[in-house]
Parts: sequence; structure tokens; C-alpha cells
Amino acid sequence: MSTASNDGFIDLKGRKVLVHDMCLRDGMHAKREQISTEQMVKVASALDAAGVPLIQVAHGGGLGGNSLQHGFAMHSNEEYWDAVVPHVKRAKVSVLLIPGMGTMKELQSAYDHGVRSVTVATHCTEADTSPQHIAYARKLGMDTVGFLMMAHLNTPEGLAVQGKMMESYGAECVYITDSAGYMLPEDVKRRVRALREVLKPDTQIGFHGHHNLGMGIANSIAAIEEGASRIDASVAGLGAGAGNTPLEVFVAVCDRMGIDTGCDLFKLMDMAEDVIVPMMDQMVRIDRASLTLGFAGVYSTFLLHAKRLGVKYGIPARDILVELGRRKMIGGQEDMIEDTALTMAKARGLFTDKAA
Amino acid sequence: MSAPQRKIRCALIGSGNIGTDLIYKIQRSPLLEPVWMVGIDAASEGLAKARDMGLKTTHEGVDGLLPHVLEDNIQIAFDATSAYVHKANSDKLTALGVMMIDLTPAAIGPLCVPPVNLVEHATRGAMNLNMISCAGQATIPIVRAVSNVQGVKYAEIIASVASKSIGPGTRANLDEFTYTTSNAIEVVGGARRGKALIVVNPAEPPMLMRNTIYCLTDDAPDEARITESVLQMITEVQKYVPGYRLVNGPVFDGNKVAVFMEVKGLGDYLPTYAGNLDIMTAAATRTAEMFAEGILAGRIELKAA
Repeated sequence: MSTASNDGFIDLKGRKVLVHDMCLRDGMHAKREQISTEQMVKVASALDAAGVPLIQVAHGGGLGGNSLQHGFAMHSNEEYWDAVVPHVKRAKVSVLLIPGMGTMKELQSAYDHGVRSVTVATHCTEADTSPQHIAYARKLGMDTVGFLMMAHLNTPEGLAVQGKMMESYGAECVYITDSAGYMLPEDVKRRVRALREVLKPDTQIGFHGHHNLGMGIANSIAAIEEGASRIDASVAGLGAGAGNTPLEVFVAVCDRMGIDTGCDLFKLMDMAEDVIVPMMDQMVRIDRASLTLGFAGVYSTFLLHAKRLGVKYGIPARDILVELGRRKMIGGQEDMIEDTALTMAKARGLFTDKAA
Repeated sequence: MSAPQRKIRCALIGSGNIGTDLIYKIQRSPLLEPVWMVGIDAASEGLAKARDMGLKTTHEGVDGLLPHVLEDNIQIAFDATSAYVHKANSDKLTALGVMMIDLTPAAIGPLCVPPVNLVEHATRGAMNLNMISCAGQATIPIVRAVSNVQGVKYAEIIASVASKSIGPGTRANLDEFTYTTSNAIEVVGGARRGKALIVVNPAEPPMLMRNTIYCLTDDAPDEARITESVLQMITEVQKYVPGYRLVNGPVFDGNKVAVFMEVKGLGDYLPTYAGNLDIMTAAATRTAEMFAEGILAGRIELKAA
């Protein structure tokens, strides 16, 4: 993509990057799905005023996310979209669809309520569970993104095959998604490069990071160096685990490097400080449990579940998270957190099963 | 010793994983005999396997089977193709008096979960029964066990299956799987509202099928009676799926009842991790046996539809 000078410096000056905010979707995880429509409108309006072009709005699990498994939000997705869409003047509203949870019926409803972009997400080896949803989104004329989650669990070559499948179903952009916040910049570069080599030139590449190892910004820049042109981030990092790539910090770095995001840095800084941080129930930061996610390669959304169940069954959250990583649990298997905690509690003599 | 019992002769439609696994299950049955395997690809591994196991085969779809139905006295057919072709298959075969067991998500006939409603279906003698989905077979008995004790306003199930255990048809049509299973949680499970989630996990070595069942009861759950009912239901399922096992629970949290199950397959065609495959084929075989018993005893008469 960009040419490197002799000392390895890659000049990204003038590169355009589309920033996609996650506060009102990934951030729902950090808020245990409890964001009011008033807060949603406030956040979305501030993002819109700051020039953020794409804003994801939904339950943390996206379409179909309201469940015992993933928690019930304060409102239905439809109520959130109806509240937010009339207040955004420049930005597009997007949604997440994970096949196996969200369905085409719900996608149609999202479209009917003004959503114009969809991220169709599968585990990084299971792209072939997404063809009907990607095709349906294209049929609706939506901006259609394929999203390969937990991408550290597949090789660059494997991801290239999976990304190519999503492109063949109709995806206009394919993401490398670091759901566990596990990757280091070189991991990101190899994966984005592998995608760039196989995808059509007009198919975009995106990167979605989590800040569990503090690498959100560095990984996003690494992705851009290899040709990514969409970056997911959230103001003040409001998202699962230690949060997403903090958007205002990313924009500041882009400004310094001459990357064009079209966003107003000072407005975003103010919004982070005045709107998002006061909304947080707990500081979204790298603590020992979220660091464990990044270190052990565990799905970021598991964090708060593991903390809650750890307290319930008397087992440190870190132990539960490490065990979930060892058992190779992936996104969507939140039920296995309680199952794992119960099995560990029994083994440690902390819990007796009445049915056994 | 009594004389060897006559067996009901069966056809298997679809030569994929499910169809091939069914050969093993039906061959072991004292009441059923697999006679025909129907495919659409002459080179398919399933058809070759079926020939090796002594079945007659055709690669011309159901039309290739039709001329032989009467002369070979085929009375029960298992359809493991896809929702899109099931109705056509069923119409052609039921017209000849063949009873259909539908393992696709088509669900044009009544939904069947053996320990919940098989006896009722066998009494009525339906000509087409639908087996819902692997997740449905693995979870609906538990929902029913709870709803038998007290009202369930909402039930939600999460099925995690090994990536290697699900074929291209299911992958490309996950929504049908979701809709069919959610509906059956209500219709057969007895919950007023149902929701199904599926997760495909690629871990190596492949994970055993796991199922979590959550029920929200109307009133405070009667813990002792629900636990007893769930354990009894598990024993019923174990009669045809020995690897159906309670891992944790029932756990009670307010009005929420959580049950964590595992299904280990018999390892007939696919390895034991594919408990999702086994629970479908075992439930279908069990269903066919109940009908076979009725036919052999003269209680059920199959009528051309």
C-alpha cells in the first residue's frame, strides 16, 4: 500500500479513514445493557456534531441480543433507533448482526427503522454461516460489512480464505476483529496484509480493537499501514473488556500523522470527559481481569459476567477467565461462564450440586 | 425363543452426515430395516457407504426411489435433505402410503420430541412428523420438564456445536434453524415464548455438543419438583441417547431456572463430539420404531395421503 522509506517509516499523510463509533453498541456491554434512550440521543448527537460518520446503535449483542444469555436492555433495539435516528444529521446508524443470534427478520426491522449499515459478524473460522444475512443486507441496499471475530485464533492465510468468502457473499468491507484485545501490531499487520492480497481492490478492510493490552491505537495504525480504511473505536473507550480503541485518542494520533478522519478532536475530547466518563458505572480500564482477557485471548464481553459469577461462587474472575480461554470458549458462549464457574466451585468444594 | 420379528422397511433420503449415521442406527433396530438410500450425487461418499452396508441406492433423488416403493414394501422414509425440497419429497412418498420422518427444518407436519409427545403422535398416526432440530431435540425435553411442573413464560436455549459437526446446509441456513427451534420451544416445550441461539465452535479437539436451557417461571420455582422432573426427563432421553448428560444445575436464581447439558454421541458415523447429529438420528429412529410397533401390531394403518 503505502511505500516505506529506507528507515521503515510509512507516511500515512492524506490517507482517509472512516471512523465507526462503538459507544452505543459495544459500550452497552460495559453498561450491562442499561443505557437510556435519552443518553443514547445525547451521545449520538454529540458524535454527529463532532463529525463521526458512522455510529453503531444496538444491544451489545446486536440484533436478537435481548436474552437471558446476553442480558435485557432497557429498551428494544427499535426503540433505540427510533430515538436516535431523527437526531443524527450527518452520520449513518449501523447495527451488529451475529448469525445464530440475529436473523434476517430483525435486519429488515433495523432497515425499516432507519439503520443503513450492518456489521455481519462470525467467529473467525465460520464465515460460511453468514451468506444469507450478507446477501439480504445487500438486497436492502445497506452498507454491508463482514466481521471476523476473535481473529487471533486464525492464521493470516485462514483469515484471507474467510474474508474472501464474505466478499463473495456481498460484503463491501471485511474486518479483522480483535475481540480479545490479544493482538500485537505485527499480528494485525500480517492479517490485514493477507486480506489485502486476496480481496478485490474496491473491497475495504476494517479493524476493530479492544484495549486490553493497551494496543488499541497502535494496532489500528498498524492496520491502516497495511491498507485498512475503517476503524472501530469508542469515545473514552466505552466498550467490553478494557474498552475499545479510545476514539478521541485515535483521532488525536491521526491528526498528528496527517490521517484524515474528518472528526473534530476537541469536540470529541470534551464529549469523552463531559458525557461518556460520567455515564460509566465502573471505570473502563485495564484492571487485572481485563488484562487477563488480553493476555489469555478471551472474548472481552466475558469480563463482567465472570466478575459477577466469580463473586456468586467464590472464585476469582481471573481464574474463571483463564479456564474459559483454556476451554476455547468463543463469543456467544456466555452460558458457559456460569457452567465453568459451577464446575470449578464443585471441584474446590465450594458448592454442592443438589441434583447430583 | 420367538420367531424373528418382521421388520418395517425404510428408505433414507439424503446421503450426507445425518442420512449416513441413520443407516447405523436403523440397522441396529429390532423393528426397522434400512433398504434404500437416496442421493443426488453418484459420487457421494454416503451412497458408497450405503452400498457397502448392503442398501440399494439411487442418485436420481426421490424420483429414483418411487418405482421401487411398492415392490420393496417401503413404509417409512427419513428425509435428511433440506427444507426446500422436503415438501416435494413428502408429497410424492405419502401419496404411496409411506410415512415421512422429516429431519429438515421444513416442519410441514407436527413437531415430535419423543419423550414429550411421541405416544400422542403414534396414537393419531400422522403421516409426516418433523424432528425440529438437533438443538430442539436436546433442549425441549428440559423445557417440558419444567413446564410440566409450573407455568413457563419464557424459555431460551443456547446450543454450542463443534464446527466439524455441522454441514454446509445448516451453515447456509442458520435462520431457519433459529425460527424452527424457537417455535418448537413454545409448541412442544410449553413455554409461552421461546428463543433459540446457536454457536458454532471450531475448537480442536472438537468440543462435545453443549446445551444450556433457561426457563422463566411465572411464580417462584418449586425447586424440588422441578429438579425431580428434570432428572426424570433426562432418564427418558437417555433411553435412546445414552450420552445425554446433566453437567450442572438446575440452578435457581429468582424465577430463572438454568440447566447445563452435554450430549456425547455414539460415534457411529461421525465421532462422539457430534452429539447434535446423534440426538437427531436417535430421536428419528425412536420415532420410527414407535410407528413400526404400531404397524406390526395392526394398530396403525398407513394410508396414502
